[in-house]
Amino acid sequence: MGRGRTVRWLLWVPLIAFATLFAVVATGLWKPADRTVHSALVGTRLPAFALPPMVEGRPAPTAQGPARLVNIFASWCVPCAAEAPQLMRLKAMGVPIDGIAIRDTGPAVRGFLARNGDPYLRIGDDRNSAVQLSLGSSGVPETFVVARDGTILAQHVGDVRAEDVERLAALVGGAR
Amino acid sequence: MRRLLAPLLAPVLLAATPPAPLAYTQLPDAAQEARARALMETLRCLVCQGQSIADSDADMAGDMRALVRRRVARGEEPDAIRDWLVSRYGAYVTYDPPMAAATWPLWLAPLLLLAVGVAVARGSFRRRGGR
Repeated sequence: MGRGRTVRWLLWVPLIAFATLFAVVATGLWKPADRTVHSALVGTRLPAFALPPMVEGRPAPTAQGPARLVNIFASWCVPCAAEAPQLMRLKAMGVPIDGIAIRDTGPAVRGFLARNGDPYLRIGDDRNSAVQLSLGSSGVPETFVVARDGTILAQHVGDVRAEDVERLAALVGGAR
Repeated sequence: MRRLLAPLLAPVLLAATPPAPLAYTQLPDAAQEARARALMETLRCLVCQGQSIADSDADMAGDMRALVRRRVARGEEPDAIRDWLVSRYGAYVTYDPPMAAATWPLWLAPLLLLAVGVAVARGSFRRRGGR
């Protein structure tokens, strides 16, 4: 009697195991894991750095400055050209933007700015991605929101789209 | 045709910067290079995600190799360099994950499964022996 009941219960085990596995796989299918690499520095201070200027007549960014956006970009990066109009909109709204150019050259950056507009207050030459790595950034373009005291308030991975402009401007505006 | 292509190619050609000095060059000191190499094999390439920076040809992996070799050459301990990167990117950047709330099953599951296997084997041997 007792044995028969145990067997009857055990018959359900494969079905329950299958349902659990199905639920796990279905969750992964409908809600894929976030593969974005986020910087672990958000909420902490921007580390100090020193970069040479990228184009003549424009200073290089430092860790000090007003509440601003720090935009990691490159002239060879297509999404960077795609986000340029949004950065120009941010500039028109009075948002200061520092640029850090990755693996780039002066002439290439000048050409990029001539073609896509120039939203930058300062532009640094990060030839070997040293500053990019020290910021926990894993690609171009990426944009950090930095408060006046140097606190990194947010990181935007990927190109800035039209729908991101208001949020980024508000974040910088709130950190003045 | 050439005139048509020139403006398209110009940004590509101008932007071709040489790789970082230590991306593809070993350190002169063999012991230091071995230490740098061992560390590079446990660091994740952030743009290729399935490869270590020792295996990847991505530009960013080259820059990360250069960073590792620069710091090893300066006398920094490999563990300190790993910690520096983990403080930037989280434990995601290392293939040698530290024991943490999310990773302890990884470390304990093999021991647990081994114990279950031993128990099952003992049970089945005992039954056969008894017969």
